[in-house]
Amino acid sequence: MANRTQPLGTLVWVGTGALALVLTATLAPLVAIAVTAEEGFKLRAADWAAIHFTLLQAGLSAILSLVIAIPLARAVARRRFIGRGLFISLMGAPFILPVIVAVIGLIASYGHNGWLAHTVQVIGLDLPEIYGLHGVVLAHVFFNLPLAARLILQEWQAIPQERIRLAQSLGLKGGAFFRHIEWPILRTAVPGAFVVIFLLCCSSFAVALILGGGPRATTIELAIYQTFRFDFDLGRAATLAAVQALLCLSLGAFALRLSARETGLGTGLDRALALPTEGCAFVDTLVIVAAGVFLALPLARIVILGLPNLIELPTAIWIAALRSLIMALSATILSIAMALPIAMALIRLRRAAMFEALCLLALVISPLALGTGWFLILRSITNPVTWALPITVCANALMALPFVLRAVLPTLREAETSQARLATALGLVGWHRFRHAILPRLARPLGFAAGLCAALSMGDLGVIALFAAPDQATLPLEMLRLMGAYRMADAQGAALLLLILSLGLFWIFDRGGHHHA
Amino acid sequence: MLEVTNLTYCSAGFELNAAFRVQRGERLALMGRSGAGKSTLISLIAGFLSPNAGEIWLEGANLTHSDPSKRPISILFQDSNLFPHLTLRENLGLALSPRLAMNAAMETQISTALAQVGLSGFEGRLPASLSGGQQSRAAIARVLLQNRPILLMDEPFAALDPALRREMAELISTLCRDLGLTLILASHDFMDAERMCDRVMLLTEGRITEDCPIAGLRAAPPAGLAPWL
Repeated sequence: MANRTQPLGTLVWVGTGALALVLTATLAPLVAIAVTAEEGFKLRAADWAAIHFTLLQAGLSAILSLVIAIPLARAVARRRFIGRGLFISLMGAPFILPVIVAVIGLIASYGHNGWLAHTVQVIGLDLPEIYGLHGVVLAHVFFNLPLAARLILQEWQAIPQERIRLAQSLGLKGGAFFRHIEWPILRTAVPGAFVVIFLLCCSSFAVALILGGGPRATTIELAIYQTFRFDFDLGRAATLAAVQALLCLSLGAFALRLSARETGLGTGLDRALALPTEGCAFVDTLVIVAAGVFLALPLARIVILGLPNLIELPTAIWIAALRSLIMALSATILSIAMALPIAMALIRLRRAAMFEALCLLALVISPLALGTGWFLILRSITNPVTWALPITVCANALMALPFVLRAVLPTLREAETSQARLATALGLVGWHRFRHAILPRLARPLGFAAGLCAALSMGDLGVIALFAAPDQATLPLEMLRLMGAYRMADAQGAALLLLILSLGLFWIFDRGGHHHA
Repeated sequence: MLEVTNLTYCSAGFELNAAFRVQRGERLALMGRSGAGKSTLISLIAGFLSPNAGEIWLEGANLTHSDPSKRPISILFQDSNLFPHLTLRENLGLALSPRLAMNAAMETQISTALAQVGLSGFEGRLPASLSGGQQSRAAIARVLLQNRPILLMDEPFAALDPALRREMAELISTLCRDLGLTLILASHDFMDAERMCDRVMLLTEGRITEDCPIAGLRAAPPAGLAPWL
């Protein structure tokens, strides 16, 4: 059968060009790393320790996240309660929450001097320090529990209503209901979710930077940063970056094989599902309340602690905030400008699945590995430090690209499948076809994706930490410096400012998409 | 006899009101536009939804608040009539034992039911390896095993091609006649109703607006049903 989608000419060529640019920007640093890495990729004892710690914390984080996420998703799927929609939105919040803000909230809630420690002291208990393995795992569970719960909830919501009714009609209850309805869902969803979370925890940098450190709690990402920033041993940094890239690429390829379901991001989770609710009401309520408190408390602590310090923030913080805002908006524009033509090209190109997978490379390869590679390329041409801000913008745009594509592609494919013949019959081609037949359909996912990109860029603490000059600090980097100088009041005020800006940007773009849909 | 008395169901601005009787062995078609309330009425009788008011009685027993699995009713949907991860033997076995604790007698019953619908030797097959028609037959075989006096069907063959629809309708019609099943069929298609049922009821915006025998309907249709013929 002939392909019904019609060529959009220039736009597709632009898309193919953008795709080539993205692949070059992603793969060139890997080549630079491979060339610069120490001969034979020799690893020292400290490097093996970093690899061991990376795998250990990622494994524990993924297992714990899933162990809690499964009963949470189950409880949310089968219970109707006031504020259910808000709870599901709260489960999406950690995804766009700047890591450094969340970590400050976690320290203030679950740290040695945090709210929980003060509470348990009343009954004579003492909480351990939050720094080290358990702190890193706690932070990763905070970020990934909601992600895991949403991934599993999505599968649960996809159970056909007829199948649930058939089970009811056949009297399948308890173990039989679990075996025939819920187990097949978990068997599909859990391995994919595990690999995705494991991968995210392997490439997480800011959490390890703040809560880890020292010989016993250093991840590969942190080791790259320390080798680069403190030892300036580029050969060893490149070796570590190569190890990190290899690890993440293999995990990424594995994750891609396991995640078969293609959906728009963050959609459809509030659909009502008539699962049987007899029994276990207490357990469901307990799981929902406990997860809600665990997720909401750090956010509440940031607001409570940051509010008194917000107005008296030093000028440097406001300048850094403005710089971050400009960089986040630039990264968003760049990411959308690349994603739209690439998406248009992807739905027409042969081997589109392979090219789409290649676009996910940026997500899989860690920001530190990319940053190291770009530094190595630039230093032969110019002083890389002077390029820190543009490179951070490009890195953020590149990191957000997979999310933008994932949000836009299903709607774009659907629009092309359902309306291509009508548009062609009406003589809509090129820009006019895109403007009138496609763009209005894309407004909602595009708004969501732009919000996601802006929020992620606003809170990014990756490449910028690697080679920014002192006068080029973004708001997250300025916060890190304040924390390093033990100016916690200013850091908490800055955390609230960063939280407002990140969530505000997401809300404005997402609303904008809804308004124009 | 199945008796539905002053049944009311309200949800999101939609209200269904119904009162009717179906004699044992009678075959009733529910017709109406999308959103008229056909599937809602089927779900209320099956027990998937609870009415706001009214009652459902069967042979003197009040079913209104009983569990779906406890009602003497089997049901066929348009899709998802089989569990995709189970073989036909296991899918049918669920009708006999929800825990799939099967004995030799049950295995024989399953083989006999499959033979009745023309699927002998298909016990070990997964639903995905069957055609749409074979999947429908397997679901019908499970209805046979459930051996319940009332069969509800919610647009069961809408996804099949015309030839298969006719074949399935004939199979259902024969089974209902041979086993004395009471059938309630929700459908958009009068041809299906004509093939399987002896009485038709038209639902319009949640209310029963026509209720008459199918025999002779084409010759003198009531005004409400005329556009459906």
